[in-house]
Amino acid sequence: MKDFIIPGQNDAWGNGIQDETDRGTPAHTGAPVTLTIDGMEITVPAGTSVMRAASEAGIQVPKLCATDSLEAFGSCRLCAVEIEGRRGTPASCTTPVHAGMKVHTQTPKLRKLRKGVMELYISDHPLDCLTCAANNDCELQDMAGAVGLRDVRYEAPKNAALANHFEARDTSGATNPEWLPKDDSNPYFTYDASKCIVCNRCVRACEEVQGTFALTIEGRGFDSRVAVGAENFMASDCVSCGACVQACPTATLQEKSVIELGTPDRSVVTTCAYCGVGCSFKAEMQGDQLVRMVPYKHGKANRGHSCVKGRFAYGYASHSDRILNPMIRDSVDQPWTEVSWDEALSFAAKKLVGLQAKYGQKSIGVITSSRCTNEETYLVQKLTRAVFGNNNTDTCARVCHSPTGYGLGQTFGTSAGTQDFDSVEKSDVIIVIGANPTDGHPVFASRLRKRLRQGAKLIVVDPRRIDLLHTPHMGEAHHLPLKPGTNVAVVSAMSHVIVTEGLVDEAFIKERCDLEAWEDYKAFITQDRHAPEATEALTNVPAAALRDAARAFATGGNGAIYYGLGVTEHSQGSTTVMAIANLAMMTGNIGREGVGVNPLRGQNNVQGSCDMGSFPHEFPGYRHVHGDEVRQMFEQVWGVSLDAEPGLRIPNMLDAAVDGTFKGLYCQGEDILQSDPDTKHVAAGLAAMDCVIVHDLFLNETANYAHVFLPGSTFLEKDGTFTNAERRINRVRKVMAPKNGYADWEVTQMLANAVLKETGGARWTYTHPAEIMDEIAATTPSFAGVDYAVLEEQGSVQWPCNEEHPVGTPLMHVDAFVRGKGRFIVTEYIPTDEKTGPRFPLLLTTGRILSQYNVGAQTRRTENSQWHDQDLLEIHPHDAENRGLKDGDWVRLASRSGEISLRAIVTDRVSPGVVYTTFHHPDTQANVITTDFSDWATNCPEYKVTAVQVAASNGPSDWQQSYTAQAEKARRIAAAE
Amino acid sequence: MKIYVPMDSAAKALGADEVADALIVEAQNRGLEVEIIRNGTRGMIWLEPLVEIEKDGVRLAYGPIAPEDAAALLDGHIGTLGPVEDIPFFARQTRLTFARCGVTDPLSIADYEAHGGFEGLKRAITMSQDAIIDEVKLSGLRGRGGAGFPTGIKWDTVRLAHAPQKYIVCNADEGDSGTFADRMIMEGDPFTLIEGMTIAGIGCGATKGYIYIRSEYPDAIAVMTRAVEIARGAGALGADVLGSGKAFDMEVRTGAGAYVCGEETSLLNSLEGKRGVVRAKPPLPALEGFLGRPTVVNNVISLATVPVIFAKGAAHYAGFGLGRSKGTMPIQIAGNVQFGGLFETAFGMPLGELVNTVAGGTASGRPVKAVQVGGPLGAYLHPDQFDTPFGYEEFDGQKALIGHAGIVVFDDNADMLSMARFAMEFCAVESCGKCTPCRIGAVRGVETIDRIAEGDTGAIELLTDLCEVMTDGSLCALGGFTPFPVMSALRHFPEDFAPQKEAAE
Repeated sequence: MKDFIIPGQNDAWGNGIQDETDRGTPAHTGAPVTLTIDGMEITVPAGTSVMRAASEAGIQVPKLCATDSLEAFGSCRLCAVEIEGRRGTPASCTTPVHAGMKVHTQTPKLRKLRKGVMELYISDHPLDCLTCAANNDCELQDMAGAVGLRDVRYEAPKNAALANHFEARDTSGATNPEWLPKDDSNPYFTYDASKCIVCNRCVRACEEVQGTFALTIEGRGFDSRVAVGAENFMASDCVSCGACVQACPTATLQEKSVIELGTPDRSVVTTCAYCGVGCSFKAEMQGDQLVRMVPYKHGKANRGHSCVKGRFAYGYASHSDRILNPMIRDSVDQPWTEVSWDEALSFAAKKLVGLQAKYGQKSIGVITSSRCTNEETYLVQKLTRAVFGNNNTDTCARVCHSPTGYGLGQTFGTSAGTQDFDSVEKSDVIIVIGANPTDGHPVFASRLRKRLRQGAKLIVVDPRRIDLLHTPHMGEAHHLPLKPGTNVAVVSAMSHVIVTEGLVDEAFIKERCDLEAWEDYKAFITQDRHAPEATEALTNVPAAALRDAARAFATGGNGAIYYGLGVTEHSQGSTTVMAIANLAMMTGNIGREGVGVNPLRGQNNVQGSCDMGSFPHEFPGYRHVHGDEVRQMFEQVWGVSLDAEPGLRIPNMLDAAVDGTFKGLYCQGEDILQSDPDTKHVAAGLAAMDCVIVHDLFLNETANYAHVFLPGSTFLEKDGTFTNAERRINRVRKVMAPKNGYADWEVTQMLANAVLKETGGARWTYTHPAEIMDEIAATTPSFAGVDYAVLEEQGSVQWPCNEEHPVGTPLMHVDAFVRGKGRFIVTEYIPTDEKTGPRFPLLLTTGRILSQYNVGAQTRRTENSQWHDQDLLEIHPHDAENRGLKDGDWVRLASRSGEISLRAIVTDRVSPGVVYTTFHHPDTQANVITTDFSDWATNCPEYKVTAVQVAASNGPSDWQQSYTAQAEKARRIAAAE
Repeated sequence: MKIYVPMDSAAKALGADEVADALIVEAQNRGLEVEIIRNGTRGMIWLEPLVEIEKDGVRLAYGPIAPEDAAALLDGHIGTLGPVEDIPFFARQTRLTFARCGVTDPLSIADYEAHGGFEGLKRAITMSQDAIIDEVKLSGLRGRGGAGFPTGIKWDTVRLAHAPQKYIVCNADEGDSGTFADRMIMEGDPFTLIEGMTIAGIGCGATKGYIYIRSEYPDAIAVMTRAVEIARGAGALGADVLGSGKAFDMEVRTGAGAYVCGEETSLLNSLEGKRGVVRAKPPLPALEGFLGRPTVVNNVISLATVPVIFAKGAAHYAGFGLGRSKGTMPIQIAGNVQFGGLFETAFGMPLGELVNTVAGGTASGRPVKAVQVGGPLGAYLHPDQFDTPFGYEEFDGQKALIGHAGIVVFDDNADMLSMARFAMEFCAVESCGKCTPCRIGAVRGVETIDRIAEGDTGAIELLTDLCEVMTDGSLCALGGFTPFPVMSALRHFPEDFAPQKEAAE
């Protein structure tokens, strides 16, 4: 769509929008070249197109098929120019600049040509502009104006109709074979072929930007039209990322929301609240009505791309299930009572203070949210440390990337990924372990796939044949389909091959790493028991394939490693992270573009929630609570004395609750009942507490056990920052007032002040999240240089951002590791206690799918459920046949922890002996099955390995049925009196 | 007794296979020991099937021969046309590229070598890449597919490009109406194309070649495929070409029926398995061609001419021709003519001589009205232009083109408005659909010409404007050259576009 000229809003911090002029073709980085365009001298990098150079000089050459997110195509012929000394009228989009070139963009010949081309376009276009959804947002309309088209002279001969694509029937009533009905099968956008100008921008966006290749052009000549290779968009390979809609210059591909509401009148840049990629979007608005979310071209994480969730799945924000009034109840078997904010907060504060009085200072705690802003998370951990007077704070990172924090901290000295996402554009060989980026981190996956299409090699270590392995037009790919739970053995075997075959980067190790640790590690890893031939029986990975992959990584140029929860959510999660760090160090793949160790973090702000001190043993910035100096600094800033003992982790809180010593919990924006392992144990813990405060958008599963419900606000309703997987601090901007009345940071502050009112402490007085960020910067060295003015100026920054790195740090460990010397750590493989046997012969592993997001609280309340309306169990044909199962059958899935029922899908995407499901739907209750085994270092649960049995079933299990009944009862809200 | 019966598909279409069968049967009946050799065609299509019987080292021509003539022929009851080389149509030719075509057994590599085959390659493998390219530059050889770009310069661009792999692609998607030179050489002397491509590969540093042949040429595909196997078996292709230590190999690939895939960038897309749509240039295929690698894309005739240049020297070749149009051109004569076929001659013969003398005027005996040169995108020339010498620049000066040198002759029954309409219709049918002037313009062109036919003279200005947009705006020659036949028809035959025509009917 064309770029709006939308006035900025009068916000203190602006709307974040920079110049969005479409320069027609992508930027280049060559040596400077000077040329003359229309008499103006301009210097641009070699490789730049004449069109882009003209745009840089302020001259917009008319164009339709060109847009700067796509390579030049040269089909519309509007952008023709004349170049002195050259014949003809070359297209400026496909003509690169040369030194001394003299270009003319406006001559009588060009004007006639452009007018002639536009006359052809308009002769095959319906002239319904005034009622068209793209009215005033249509490049075809703009260009007709720009070239001065005043007349379309083409008419039908007497004996026939004028060939066209837009009339269903001609004047004689005969059917027009070129006309196609509108395809409105996709819930979010329509395809109206009658308005198509065949510029190929959608097809190219699907290929170049998204990498799905769902679209093509069918037919040739006048019959050429966009096609999806299926009955309609919904039945096709389309993943609804929106890139085609974004690219379309007309109303051919159009958001249904724009069709319904009309064009937006203002626009605010903000950050997506789904996964850890942290895409920047423009929220396009009419008043406080969100019209559409459009990926922001200057977003440094997404570079103008999006996925189906961020682009379209925002409907939950205005879903009728949202709870907008505070509610309380004395016990969870009662219905909820809606009350005022004051009453709810006072009720909660009195309960909490009472519990501390009765059961001790450490009897209550908090769970921070990885979905809320940094500022909000900072306040929640401050609440427990400074107001409750204990360190009982934990966060959902406990159940996802806590091993990353530990493992990378031990080896490199910092708890985060080493690169920015741009780095992948320089990678030559890419390992993806235990991650499924095309579903979990789709926008990053698109960038990765682009690199694979350019020839980078791919090594996937995963029990499943993930979609990345089906990347169209990629080169060499290795798949190591390991048995779940054997990551350490596989990664160590790769290191064994690299070390024993002499493929290590000796110079890097000598200069950058702790040599004593290296020698110890070398003595360990060269032992024969780590050879792939020795581990094959254990891991199921063929030794030859593993050796090939290891050699490819060590010798293939820039090697990058990306990993996900398939690494961390194991008994040996931290060991695998360290094994990965070892692998990167021994091959010298740290400290420059194209390399590195990169956790793909699951949630929009899981990095930030860890950074902000959500863990019980660490203050913001990963500083231990034991440390007197840091603690005293916080005591001074906060004006209270602080506990020097680490608090409870989530599993400990639940254990303590069952034991009767932990009685109260403030849980912000997290649904531990659905997301944490061993649901029955979580339920028992929650049921044993006297005051559970849930602060959320919806009555989630945890709220079934809550006594106070505080309505939350969406990311559209507040200011703040999210930190993505590349440590990038992105602004979240308020585009509408909170429907519940308050932003989440305000609610936490009100709760703190309600408690302080009871205890007599000094009130909190924040008036804007910018003030909270100032406090974070003042107390946290890696954030010292961060403030909203810098974010406004830079768009975003990657921490560390301080005096040394005033605009942030894209790459970590460039000259030295944060901890000084990189430390190799011996990675002994200790198998999980969760083992298959005759009763539970299969291994269950879990994951997520593109259209749904984690517990599904948001996406299930959007049309995304049209793609995935239930969790399914993937089972290999061999295992299915043994059990007499076929596609769509109800099956019983049982583990030592419990059993559930769901439907099966038979596929060889999983290996024999492995079954897989997602956990998006609460009625599936997949976590009833998972066990309470966890990472030895961090207690991160072992979601990814559960021994199970699968058998035919008639429908939902007893637990599922009784749970559903109980949940319905717990969600009752008393009628207003 | 040696008897030659062509295996060329034009000859076969006229019954050559049946003639050959009949000759075998009749020879057996007579107890005659006869060796039937299936040669290529001599290019005199009006005489096909042209049977040659070798007597005392002289090949006497008989034709056209029907199967039922077999007995009479063997019994000596059919009069000869004399030695083949003495037939005037043949005698006045300068056969360099086609020197062996029709003479040899196309699939006999021994026959090929006996007639000078591989002499060029043997010389080339002793030369440096520089020297090979210089030789081609000196010969003045220009692209015979129609664009007329100097072949040596194209090769040099590929030679100088840095890349791990380079390719030689032969464009054998001969789709122009009235052209058949590519097919004839592939069916009649396939090794010469293989030899030419191998020299190109060695000269440019390409080790792999592809011959992209249109699917409508099953015989050429079969012959070329077999010839590549034979050449590989004989060590002329492979890791060590003729013991030179240099590698070159090739494959035959088949098109899927799109005319536009004769355009080099669509051809490359098709060869890569993609939709056959035109790519914008730059990048030039010489720098980013097949699979993004430096690629020579040359027409069959360009490549098949390379061996003779190397065998006889660039100066010998450049000694023929006119101005910047050096060497010879295999001209394909078709349409309403007495003597249709392939006529290889040095550049420079006036068009009128070709039409009236070589081709003998119209077959119908009526006056020539127009001649279309260069395929469906070539201009119609009026007899007033008949003194134009056959050459690239000379035709350009007449707002015409020689293209692939097919000429199609029309007598005075031709309606030039219909011919103009056909040009637009052809473009509409064959357009790849990528660029707007061609995709929509061709359809509008047909409609606008229909309006003119209905008497709407105002539409002539619109047609003229449309042709200007198509010429200036189209991405490739399909849309860009369609105005040649349309505007030449309009310019030279305005009476056919005048409204009174309909009234008169």
